[in-house]
Amino acid sequence: MGKTMVEAIIATHSKDRVETGNICQVKVDFAFANDITGPPSVNVFRKMGAQKVFDTQKCAILPDHFTPNRDIASAQQTKAAREFAREQGMLYWEVGRVGVEHAFLPEKGYILPGDIVLGADSHTCTGGALSALSSGVGSTDLAAVWATGESWLMVPQTIKVDFQGKRSKWITGKDMVLALLGKIGTQGARYKVLEFHGDAITDLPMDDRFTISNMAVETGGKAGIFVPDSTILEYAKERASRKFNPVYPDRDAVYEKMIEIDVTNMEPLVAAPHSPGNVHPAKDFSDTAIDQVFIGSCTNGRFRDIEMAAKILEGKKVHENVRCVVIPASYEVYNEAMEKGYLRIFSEAGASISTPTCGPCLGGHTGILAAGEKCVSTSNRNFVGRMGHTESELYLASPMVAAASAVTGRITDPRELEE
Amino acid sequence: MKINRAKAWTFGSDIDTDVIVPARYLVTDDEQELGRHCMEDIDPDFVNRISPGDIIVGKENFGCGSSREHAPIAIKGAGISGVIASSFARIFYRNSINIGLPIFVCPEAAEDISSGDIVSVDPVNGEIYNETKDRTYKTAPFPPFLQDLIEKGGLVPSVQEKMKGAR
Repeated sequence: MGKTMVEAIIATHSKDRVETGNICQVKVDFAFANDITGPPSVNVFRKMGAQKVFDTQKCAILPDHFTPNRDIASAQQTKAAREFAREQGMLYWEVGRVGVEHAFLPEKGYILPGDIVLGADSHTCTGGALSALSSGVGSTDLAAVWATGESWLMVPQTIKVDFQGKRSKWITGKDMVLALLGKIGTQGARYKVLEFHGDAITDLPMDDRFTISNMAVETGGKAGIFVPDSTILEYAKERASRKFNPVYPDRDAVYEKMIEIDVTNMEPLVAAPHSPGNVHPAKDFSDTAIDQVFIGSCTNGRFRDIEMAAKILEGKKVHENVRCVVIPASYEVYNEAMEKGYLRIFSEAGASISTPTCGPCLGGHTGILAAGEKCVSTSNRNFVGRMGHTESELYLASPMVAAASAVTGRITDPRELEE
Repeated sequence: MKINRAKAWTFGSDIDTDVIVPARYLVTDDEQELGRHCMEDIDPDFVNRISPGDIIVGKENFGCGSSREHAPIAIKGAGISGVIASSFARIFYRNSINIGLPIFVCPEAAEDISSGDIVSVDPVNGEIYNETKDRTYKTAPFPPFLQDLIEKGGLVPSVQEKMKGAR
């Protein structure tokens, strides 16, 4: 019987029988935590009696959530993570060099095709865009990987997602993954893996693919994996920090089911409060006035995202009632946006530009909402209280919808600005 | 893992880890401190109304969202003895086993139990007994690998054993 992507990757990392529902002990290629999940991992690592991480070049801590530190408690927490990283000699990048982990690690070539990557952050699934089995775990699981280089994984079923048709220029990876969420809901892929296929992804840029894989967890998925193609392999070769072995699904791979999504007549979408699965056309909310726009995060803080937003804001002003918060997800993105003049466009439009950080996405800092406020956000979750007060509301959308909404002061389909 | 005569507190589907413990409190992994904020963003008064040993009953996809292990730690720290749900999000499921928070998959119990019902769980026989309604539900058994991990006391003792063997 043929193997799916996830089965083929597990088979190259385990001696156990790769069969749906079976639990396999696997070797892990890269294991990371952040400033929130890292310190608990450190405590557990010590409790386990471990002395050294299994490989200093495959274990990392990235301080990206509450950094540059927002208060004394978060500074203490980051300090603990930093001291452990120094003691171990493992990978650690400081504020001013680090980016949002799921943007930064692929850029630096630490997540590669065919890898098994575990991260103590649920959006570790972003790495699926590079044809890796990349999945989120908790701090205890992560500590065990640091100690032993291994973990256990249950072999999941795979849902084949077939994106068909031709996108208009207003449709991004964000709209495609929101369409998928609208179709299968927030637990449509619970314990399963999404494997992405179809002619609509052949010309889809890497940055859009990262967005799609990033939100696999919002469907309950363990991972959202793209099959290696020239776009992925070129990206990986240019950046690889070590050797890698791409893995492909068999022609006769067995899928739990197939979901078809046609992008041809797709409209710009939003996920309305309070679920990423509550998906509707953006134009349905064109009367909804907003207080804030957030453009950034591990979902949509990459170069193409910043570029799409900048092109909409060029020569325009952020609406007087709106705070527009722009956060490039890494310094590579930040510097490129600076060279292309996009940071100037944001600044002249009246947007706030911040150093790379997760920032307001998880209600950390740099843009927290008050009671009753509404925000259009390019991030991944619109749960109750996610970006601040429990009575605030989040609409998840693409960078184009977000930028257009910043201009008009209400939720806006970007096509409206062209008319 | 046995739970004796616990008072049930029921919740709906898709209870995410942001409402179980909001991110603003994620500057510690201290069980007691996190426990003070358990369920704060869905029911601000929850921790004041519960008694030690009470049980949480959720519906589908309990613990979805962020991977924060602080969520099951907060539930444990609040004194909750376990969680019954129709289904759990996968990272929450792993985290709960790893930190020793008893969890039980049982759609029938999750649908039938009302807030305030008195519930007992016998994990060995896979039975949940609702004393208030005088009904018994069968829980789904853990796979043998996880059963073994649970019996060893979670992932930490299991890795400790491995570490000793390696030296």
